[in-house]
Amino acid sequence: MANQRIMACVLSLALTASFAGCQQTNGSASSSAAAAGNAANTAASGDTIKIGFVTPLTGSTSSYGQSSQKGLQLLEEQVNKEGGINGKKIQIISVDSEGKAATAVTAGQKLINDDKVCAIVGPVLSGSSNALAPICQQYNIPMITGTGTNENITTAGDCIFRTCFTDPFQGKIMAKFATEKLKAKTAAILYDNGSDYSKGLAEAFKSAFTGKIVDTESYNSGDKDFNAQLTKIAPYNPDVLFLPEYYEDVAVIAKTARSVGIKATFIGGDGFDSPKLFSIGGDAVEGVYFSTHYSADDTSAEVSQFVKDYKAKYGGDPDAFAALTYDAGKVLVDSIKKAGSTDGTAIKTALKNYSGTVVCGKITFDKNRNAVKAAVIIKTENGKGKFFTKITV
Amino acid sequence: MSFVEFLQQLINGLSLGSVYALIALGYTMVYGIIGLINFAHCDIYMVGAYIGFFAATSLGLPFVPTLILAMVGSAVVGVLVERVAYRPLRKASSISLLITAMGVSLLLENGFNAVFSSTPRSYPHNILQQKNITLGPVHTDSLHLIILGVSVLLMILLQFIIYRTRIGKAMRATSADKDAAALMGINVDWVISVTFAIGSALAGAAGVLVGILYSSIDPYMGIQPGIKAFTAAVFGGIGLIPGAFLGGLMLGVIETFVTAWYSPLAGAIGFIVLIAILIVKPSGLLGKKASEKV
Repeated sequence: MANQRIMACVLSLALTASFAGCQQTNGSASSSAAAAGNAANTAASGDTIKIGFVTPLTGSTSSYGQSSQKGLQLLEEQVNKEGGINGKKIQIISVDSEGKAATAVTAGQKLINDDKVCAIVGPVLSGSSNALAPICQQYNIPMITGTGTNENITTAGDCIFRTCFTDPFQGKIMAKFATEKLKAKTAAILYDNGSDYSKGLAEAFKSAFTGKIVDTESYNSGDKDFNAQLTKIAPYNPDVLFLPEYYEDVAVIAKTARSVGIKATFIGGDGFDSPKLFSIGGDAVEGVYFSTHYSADDTSAEVSQFVKDYKAKYGGDPDAFAALTYDAGKVLVDSIKKAGSTDGTAIKTALKNYSGTVVCGKITFDKNRNAVKAAVIIKTENGKGKFFTKITV
Repeated sequence: MSFVEFLQQLINGLSLGSVYALIALGYTMVYGIIGLINFAHCDIYMVGAYIGFFAATSLGLPFVPTLILAMVGSAVVGVLVERVAYRPLRKASSISLLITAMGVSLLLENGFNAVFSSTPRSYPHNILQQKNITLGPVHTDSLHLIILGVSVLLMILLQFIIYRTRIGKAMRATSADKDAAALMGINVDWVISVTFAIGSALAGAAGVLVGILYSSIDPYMGIQPGIKAFTAAVFGGIGLIPGAFLGGLMLGVIETFVTAWYSPLAGAIGFIVLIAILIVKPSGLLGKKASEKV
């Protein structure tokens, strides 16, 4: 009798527990039934390793996001074809950040809490990366951005890595390039006052440029009319005009600058790197120089293999965003392999000690978890970016 | 600032202001007739830019038919919005109507984002050749002159319609007293539809011109110019057509000079100047002192 009662208790408890379990899994369609409890290790407990990816698939920066996604999907396919990570297939779960920091945070939280990813690639943009980094740090989920160049991103903590160089590095590189290769004596800057990326590059350029900065002007995010600022810059007649912004603004600024009679050479960072630059900017963006991480014309073995694989899958050349996000994913996958675990701390340690050659060349991490690598300078010609030179500080 | 630079910035300001003026005309017209601040107006402007974009690319139409198609298309959307969203609420409080207008605005923005994605699209380069025009030491370009010209033309046309035609008389009557106008045999619904059609056609025209001017359009393109144009309309004296025109131009000039003086504070200082002027003259530049009707 007593036994029966205990039995009944146990049964009813078990029943309640299983209902509770059901409700939990109903909430998130994509998470597996094993998700109850033990949040950190569940990604490994299925037969796939889940990796999150935060990227702008819509919005004015969607062209970056879509390229990045293609690069990462190519990696997913290749890794799984070769047997995955230690026998487990990887699954990339992409979520749209719309290019907004707030949306990136929500998207990242969904990946961590609902999808139970073991690490996050991205976010693609600096602003989103800055916003999401503290959250990944809090959950001990390694975050590795392939394209977030703002200096502050990796200061959020030891979970945050990047496989590209930083804004100050790009500003420094362009200052060096302007002085040494373009023989520029004077420069002017026009930056976006509402963008971390733009401000970061502008400040670094300003402090690294050895010539004279004749004028620094700014505008508000969303402005389309730059006549006032450019009219003010024109009489200074600078040798170079540094434009640390994204392609849409660059194209409109370049057109306006030429129409107010500015003859300076336009230079900038990887925000220039989009085919849309030419469709909006036309002739005004011919003969401009910008720093970036990668060029499809680069003749190294890694680049040509990557270009071949990418072409086979999608047709057309991969842009820098595709290559960089591919690299970030590759560094992460190799580190998970080496760590032999999907535990956040183990992946973190493997990443810190990483040294290897990916598409953009040899990568190691410095003590601030930023990649140490070379920059590529691109020159635009006939509506296309051409590999110009490779440069280190 | 040298005299030449001053002159050049003045021209820049007038060019920017002509864009605001063109959008402000539609705001002020709808407000003048039915007392509604139509927040969806700046999204009709975006809709017009998209209609023009598809007319120019998919249909391959040249500039003038593109502009006409965009104006007609925007007018239809504007009338539809009034019919579906505003008319059922005509007897409701003005706050309900205002909130509905915001709802329509969000619906259009996010609806277009969902259907067309927010990837910016660019008008074909050859639709309207942008020519630089040099006048002595200063210069401008043909497109800004066209926008300024279109604003002036439309302002005169609107004044003519409102003060010299039958429908204009009906509009003014409706504006003064809807019920009394209906008693006099004026079809108030029809008059309001026409008001929305004209206002929206103006927004559509502005959308196409600005789309060509800045080369790129996206579903959220209306927000910023919308706020500026609304400010311009209030600044000039809302409900007054010459006021919207003058307000737009002045806002553009003030903004440009503040930017030229110290660009990081352009947005903030421009608006402080406007607020200061409104404190001195609350009904706007051309507004008469409003006396409460009893």
